[in-house]
Amino acid sequence: MFVYADNAATTCVSKAALDAMLPYLTVSYFNPSSLYSSAQKVAEAVAEARETVAACLGAKSPREIYFTSCGSEADNQALVSCARLGARKGKKHLISTKFEHHAILHTLKALEKEGFEVTLLDVHEDGVVRVEDVAAAIREDTCCVSVMFANNEVGTVQPIKEIGALCREKGIPFHTDAVQAAGHIPVDVEEMNIDLLSLSGHKFHAPKGVGVLYCRKNIPLFSFIEGGAQERGKRAGTENVAGIVALAAALKESCDHMEENAAKMIAMRDRLFAELGKIPHSKINGSLEHHVPGTVNMCFEGIEGESLLLLLDKNGICASSGSACTSGSLDPSHVLLSLGIPHELAHGSLRLSIGEYNTMEEMEYIIETVPKAVQYLRDMSPVWDELQKGTRQHLC
Amino acid sequence: MALYSDKVMDHFQNPRNVGKLDDADGIGEVGNAKCGDIMRMYIKVEDNIITDVKFNTFGCGSAIATSSMATELIKGKPIEEALELSNKAVVEALDGLPAYKLHCSVLAEQAVRAAVIDYYEKHGIPYDKEKFKIVDCEDCEHAEG
Repeated sequence: MFVYADNAATTCVSKAALDAMLPYLTVSYFNPSSLYSSAQKVAEAVAEARETVAACLGAKSPREIYFTSCGSEADNQALVSCARLGARKGKKHLISTKFEHHAILHTLKALEKEGFEVTLLDVHEDGVVRVEDVAAAIREDTCCVSVMFANNEVGTVQPIKEIGALCREKGIPFHTDAVQAAGHIPVDVEEMNIDLLSLSGHKFHAPKGVGVLYCRKNIPLFSFIEGGAQERGKRAGTENVAGIVALAAALKESCDHMEENAAKMIAMRDRLFAELGKIPHSKINGSLEHHVPGTVNMCFEGIEGESLLLLLDKNGICASSGSACTSGSLDPSHVLLSLGIPHELAHGSLRLSIGEYNTMEEMEYIIETVPKAVQYLRDMSPVWDELQKGTRQHLC
Repeated sequence: MALYSDKVMDHFQNPRNVGKLDDADGIGEVGNAKCGDIMRMYIKVEDNIITDVKFNTFGCGSAIATSSMATELIKGKPIEEALELSNKAVVEALDGLPAYKLHCSVLAEQAVRAAVIDYYEKHGIPYDKEKFKIVDCEDCEHAEG
């Protein structure tokens, strides 16, 4: 059996998205900036996609929607724009969290090198930022608060509306990286007091290579790509028309079916939590109360995540891990460490992220396969041997 | 291109000589759990020949594969040869490793060396202590203790 359980990494392109985009690759391939009527029809399709995205996000105007190449670009542009705007007023302090995506963390590092100060908030053991921590970190010179909507590894959902209200009251631009939230859980920029928001199409069945930056109309964006007047002069370059049209179609479809999709995914996710949670000395990571529908993140003591992934792959299951060996560094995932999970345990992490196309039958296969793989690796692990003998302390 | 060579995958999926030796003549353990890999080697020595070897490894696919290959390379060989086993030999026997996984092969070399040294120490056999040091987790900031 082949089971794709890595939907937080990327998703397949839906039929709706594919059907929407194909004409713009074949018959309607014209440059939307061109004058002739066939090109203007393409421009209209882009405008319509912008309206659809604005409506899905609860934005007041499609003029607040900027198409980008990916979520990372949107994150970069949002933070740098806030920083440039702040610097003009002598405000050079940014607030974010320890478990943001690297598109945020690395941008903040770059800004620090330019003389900006950054406060990264604790995310506590449950992987949820506290509004009072945000309040305590805000200073006179704070020019931006950026808190992710939902975490990509552990799936915890943040109190975005409350943080947004606080920032609004203080007059500080509030950005949220909603890459893991958009299309999966309700996102409304007006109701949730969001000033800037990033999303990525391929997380909700649009193709890779297209993202969105929502930016409230009173916040001037800093342009990374100079050239033509596309995206109201804030991002030059001929539009990825097919990608943009597909993103809008996929987002609309995801938003239209959000409740039923979520119910289906939650049932599958909870089945995984219940059954995989029975594996001795395992730990479920992140608050279950504030959780996206599709993400399961667990640690299994005494084993290492990459070898678990390889075994699962051999059995046809695609998953991911936050172990050092899969992060390409000596340290396990910064997300797991930020939740206070010890290195030893974080090395043995597994993320299964399910989507609405998965089935309960596939969950049963995962439930059958994972415990065997864990046991196989534990049987050859000197760490597990020590844990069994009592010469090493259990961490969970 | 796949992450690992066919040989690495074979040794990961069908590791040779997994287990423990209750009557081992030498035991070596290197690495630490915080870094994400630990290897433990058990050797049985008769008439200066490694007659049996077993390993236990906590670690990634290449950690398991390099342990397995290292046991194959020393089994049935004179103990002096095991002491000289290099990580390069392990990597070559596995048809290569990704650059960032080379430390796994160093760990395998060191685990074998630690087991041989343990045997030598137990039997009062002299060896070049300068040349054959255990450099445990040399690049690692987490080293316990």
